[in-house]
Amino acid sequence: MSQSYNRGLIEDFGRWKEFSAGMWAWIFHKFTGWMLIGYLFTHIAVLSSAIAAANGETMMLAGEQVNAYTGTIQGLEGLFIVRILEVGLLAVAVFHILNGIRLLMVDLGIGLTAQDKSFYASLVLTGAITVASVPTFLSGVGL
Amino acid sequence: MSTQQQEPESQESPQDPEMKGTESPQQRRLREKQEGMVEDQAEKETEVEGETVHLKVFRYDPEVADKQEPRFDDFHVPFEKGMTVLDAVMYARDEFDSSLTFRHSCRQAVCGSDAFFVNGKQRLGCKTQISDLQQPVRIEPLPHQEVVKDLVVDMDHFYDQMHAVEPYFQNDDTPDSSDLEEQRQSRENREKVKMSTRCIWCGACMSSCNIAAGDNEYLGPAAINKAYKFAMDDREPEDVKEHRLRILEQEHGVWRCQTQFSCTDVCPKDIPLTEHIQELKREAVKKNLKFW
Repeated sequence: MSQSYNRGLIEDFGRWKEFSAGMWAWIFHKFTGWMLIGYLFTHIAVLSSAIAAANGETMMLAGEQVNAYTGTIQGLEGLFIVRILEVGLLAVAVFHILNGIRLLMVDLGIGLTAQDKSFYASLVLTGAITVASVPTFLSGVGL
Repeated sequence: MSTQQQEPESQESPQDPEMKGTESPQQRRLREKQEGMVEDQAEKETEVEGETVHLKVFRYDPEVADKQEPRFDDFHVPFEKGMTVLDAVMYARDEFDSSLTFRHSCRQAVCGSDAFFVNGKQRLGCKTQISDLQQPVRIEPLPHQEVVKDLVVDMDHFYDQMHAVEPYFQNDDTPDSSDLEEQRQSRENREKVKMSTRCIWCGACMSSCNIAAGDNEYLGPAAINKAYKFAMDDREPEDVKEHRLRILEQEHGVWRCQTQFSCTDVCPKDIPLTEHIQELKREAVKKNLKFW
């Protein structure tokens, strides 16, 4: 008993193939939560261009003189990568909402035996909504 | 009631590592004789080549120079119908390598000694059928507990957490002796705590819990379940229940649970651990919510 062996972190994320539904739900919920926080910061940066617009600042966009806010938004929306990121943002937000509802039910003690099924359901719904949103998000933008 | 109070002692005694080494001379002679006989048998059997189970068993022994580096040993054990993981490792120990060390006692999922990490999941060795598992069967000690030797892990921390929730009945008001000797529990109340009483202190849940792994102070599913059993007991007075909730609602109590359901998935006694933890969270909130 003089020594003992500690196997370290290989016991956790090294075994991701063996994770159960509840574990994946937890990981995805954390991940999407952090993504949403990251988005909120960029969101503040974009919206703050409205302050510049209110001060009467303008910028050139496609040969037109527009105010700073409109110009920033339209300039970003004209980029293909931003449209792709928006689809990703929707996926992240939808999953976080649906899994949040699932966790609310768990907190209330409703349907705990179906917690894995509700996780799969929120995954499938997220996928469906994301795919359905693609035409809307990617219309009118060139590569 | 009294049996539950004694549970800690009766569960702990078979865990004592000293007990593994002791063997009376008679037992040793009997074993050696048996081993000799089995060796002859084994030679015959190898010719027959029946169905065998391929085990990969984690080995580590800090006291032997060659074994300080952890490794996996392969054992090919003859398969029998109804064979459990515990049967298989016992066969491997008895027939192939007597230094293979693991805890076991009752062989019927009551003592809670033989929780192993089998094929990537915490399971009770005596309750897991070999035929349900994919081969080779990988048998490791419980994760997140330090390995003492081979499949034996240090359970001290687990027991500390179990004792931290005061796992014993507390009621100063004894019933009137002329009336009743027993402190009777209503059938409905018994039904409510029934599943939580099934805990055998095997430590599988604590080992599977990702939060308990990162937070050593977290009480863990087993201890919270134990607290649930008493907190939900109607016979304990209100102030004792409040005292219990005060222990549970601390920073490293019920609120650490992030409902991964890992513990509920691995519990060999099918205790709805997450459900119990969630119910205690609600009780803790109710206690502190005041609308006036």
